[in-house]
Amino acid sequence: MKKVKSLDDLKRMKEGLQANIALREKSEHPEAMTQIKVAMATCGIASGAKEVMDFFITNLAKRNIDAIVTQTGCMGYCYAEPTVEVRLPGQDPVVYGDVDVKKADEIIEKHIKEGELVDGIIPVNYETIDKKYSGGI
Amino acid sequence: MHILVCGGTGCHASSSNLLLENLREQVAGKDLAGEVQVIATGCFGFCEKGPIIKIIPDNTFYTQVQPADATEIIEEHVIKGRQVGRLLYKDPVNKEVISDSRKMGFYKKQIRVALRNCGFIDPENIDEYIAADGYSALGKVLTSMTPEQATKEIIDSGLRGRGGGGFSTGIKWDIARKVQADQKYVVCNADEGDPGAFMDRSILEGDPHSVIEAMIINGYCIGADWGLVYIRAEYPLAIERLKTALGQAREYGLLGEDILGTGFNFDIEIRYGAGAFVCGEETALIQSMEGHRGEPTFKPPFPAQSGYLGKPTNVNNVETFANIPVIFNKGAEWFASIGTEKSKGTKVFALAGKINNVGLIEVPMGTTLREVIFEIGGGIKDGKKFKAVQTGGPSGGCLTEKHLDTPIDFDNLLASGSMMGSGGMIVMDEDDCMVSVARFYLDFTVEESCGKCTPCRVGNKRLYELLDVISKGNGTHKDLDKLRNLGEVIKDTSLCGLGQTSPNPVLSTMDNFWDEYLAHVEDHRCPAGQCKDLIRYEVVAENCVGCTACARNCPVNCISGERKEVHFIDQSICIKCGVCFMKCKFNAISVS
Repeated sequence: MKKVKSLDDLKRMKEGLQANIALREKSEHPEAMTQIKVAMATCGIASGAKEVMDFFITNLAKRNIDAIVTQTGCMGYCYAEPTVEVRLPGQDPVVYGDVDVKKADEIIEKHIKEGELVDGIIPVNYETIDKKYSGGI
Repeated sequence: MHILVCGGTGCHASSSNLLLENLREQVAGKDLAGEVQVIATGCFGFCEKGPIIKIIPDNTFYTQVQPADATEIIEEHVIKGRQVGRLLYKDPVNKEVISDSRKMGFYKKQIRVALRNCGFIDPENIDEYIAADGYSALGKVLTSMTPEQATKEIIDSGLRGRGGGGFSTGIKWDIARKVQADQKYVVCNADEGDPGAFMDRSILEGDPHSVIEAMIINGYCIGADWGLVYIRAEYPLAIERLKTALGQAREYGLLGEDILGTGFNFDIEIRYGAGAFVCGEETALIQSMEGHRGEPTFKPPFPAQSGYLGKPTNVNNVETFANIPVIFNKGAEWFASIGTEKSKGTKVFALAGKINNVGLIEVPMGTTLREVIFEIGGGIKDGKKFKAVQTGGPSGGCLTEKHLDTPIDFDNLLASGSMMGSGGMIVMDEDDCMVSVARFYLDFTVEESCGKCTPCRVGNKRLYELLDVISKGNGTHKDLDKLRNLGEVIKDTSLCGLGQTSPNPVLSTMDNFWDEYLAHVEDHRCPAGQCKDLIRYEVVAENCVGCTACARNCPVNCISGERKEVHFIDQSICIKCGVCFMKCKFNAISVS
C-alpha cells in the first residue's frame, strides 16, 4: 500500500505520476498509444456511454490496436452525449459528440487507424486555469 | 489539411449544410480528396457570426461564410495559400482583423475553474488527480500556513458561497475558526435540489477528490477533525464515486491520522438525504443529519456557533469547495482578478429549457446573459423568440429581454429581482405562459415546504390557489392585488430561505409580464396558448383534407369525420392535450 507520508512524498509522487501519464504519449511505440476518454457521468451513461465504452474496449482489442480507454466526468456538452475524447500520440485531443456504436466504429476505422477526422467534432470553447486556450480543436 | 464546418443548430439554420456540400464538391472536383478533408462539427459557440469555418492546421477562422464562398476558399486558401480577407473575423471594438481563432475573444468566455478536472481525469483514480496538481494545495496549507493565514487567503480571494446565498466563504470560515470548542465539524452540502441544476452532481461524479481536499483544508482552518457530506440518495453514481475516492484517500494516508506527517487528523463520512428541497437550507440540513425532521431552525445561533450536535459547524456547497484548492495553488490574487468588483471567480451554470446547447458551462462572473444564452448556449431552439430566463430555480425570478446585457453576478441578479441560486438557468421561449411558469414553481414550493412556519406553509398554498384561478380565466383584479400583497408578506415573514424566496417567481413575472396576467384576468385569454382552460382546438375547415390523422391519434376519441371530409372536434370531450395540433400536417387545427 502506498502511503503519502509528507509533502515531499506527495511532490515525488506527482512527478512520477505526471511522467507516467506523459510516458503514455512518448512510449517506444508512439503509434500504438492512443488515449480515449469516455465521459461517464450520469448524463453520459443515460445516453449510452457505457455501451460505447464497452465497444471501444472490446473492439480495440479485437482489431489489435493498443490504446488506453479511460472514463472521465461530464465534459459539459449534455446536448451531445455521449461524448468521447480521442488523443492520438503527439496530437491535440479531439472531442466527438453524439457517439453511438456506429460512430465509435467510424472513429476507430478512420480517426484512430488512418488519422482522418470524422464528422461530429465538438470544438473547444473554453480556457483552462493553466493555459489560455489549451489547444485542440 | 482539415476544413471544419460548424454544424451547430444556429449555423445549420443559416445553411451551413449547403456550404459543407459545396466544399466537399470542390474538394472532390479539384482532386484534393487525398489532402483535404471537410468535416462537420458541433457548435463553436459563436452562432452570432455563423456559419463558421475553421481551417486546420493554420487555425484560420472564417465567419458568416455563404455557400457560394466555397469556391473562393478552396481556390484561394487551400490551393494558393492566401487567406480570404473579407471572411476573416474583425474585432468589434478595435476593428482589427483576427485570423487565428486562438486569439479571439470568444474563447475567453468560458474558463473552467470549479470544473477544471471534470472531463479530463478519471474520477476513480486518485493518481490522475495527484498528477493534475491534486492535494498539493493541502500539502501547502498543512506545512507552510497557519489556520489563520489560510483562512485569510480565502477571505482575500473574495470567494462567495456558490450554493445560492453568496455569503463570503472566508468570513464564514473565520467565524467558525474563532469560536472555542472541543469539537467542530465541516459539512459539505451536496443536497442539490433546484429543478434544472446539476453542477454539484457533475463535480462529485467527475472530480470528487477536489471536494475531499477542500474539506480537509477547511477542517485545518477552523480546527475540525471530522467532516460530513450530506448528499441526496438520488445521486447513486456520485455517491459511488465519492466512496471510491474516500477509500483511496484513506489508503494513501491523505485522510485519517497524521496527514502528510503534520500531526493533523481528519476523516469524512457520508450522510444520505431523502430528497427534501428544504434540507439544502443549512439549519434544516443539520437537523436532518442529527436524525430529526428536516426543518430549519431560527438563526442566530448560526451553525458556526452551534451546529451539528450543538458544536460549531461550517457548511459549504460542493461548488464552493471545488474552488478552494485552486485558490491555494494559484493564489488569492489570481482568483480575485477574475470576475466583477464584488463577485470574484467563475460560476457554473446548468443551461436547460428551450436552448440549443443544453449543458454545463463555467463563465467568469460579470458575463452577460446574452453571451451565455445566445453565444455559448447557441440560442433558442427551433429559431423561436427568447422570452425569459429563470435563474435561481424556485427561489429565483424570471429575467427578460431587458436584462440580457446585465453582467451576471450576485448583486446584479438580486437587483433585477432574481438571484444567483445554485446556478440553474431555465430558458423560455414565446410558447411559455408566465402564469403557468409561476404556478409550476409554486406547486414545487407547496410540495417542498416543511410546514414549520405559517407564512410558508399556508401562504404559498394560497398563492398557488390564486394562480390556479387566474390560469383558469376566473381571476379578478382583486386577486392580482392579493397575489402581490401575499407574496410580499411571505417574503418578509418566513423563517428560512425557502419561504423568503418562494414568491420570487410570482413577483418577478408580475413585474415583467404584467400584460400577460392582465390578459388572463381581463380577456380570459392565454397569449402563449398554454393554459388549458383558456384555449380551444378547432378544425380549420378550408385546410382539412380529411386524412384522419387527428382522429386516429386523439386519446379521448373526440374527433369525428369521414375520410376525405372535414373533421369536427367535440369541445365537451376534448381534454386539450394538443395531440391533434401536433399530428396535423395541413395546418388544419387552430389554437384560440
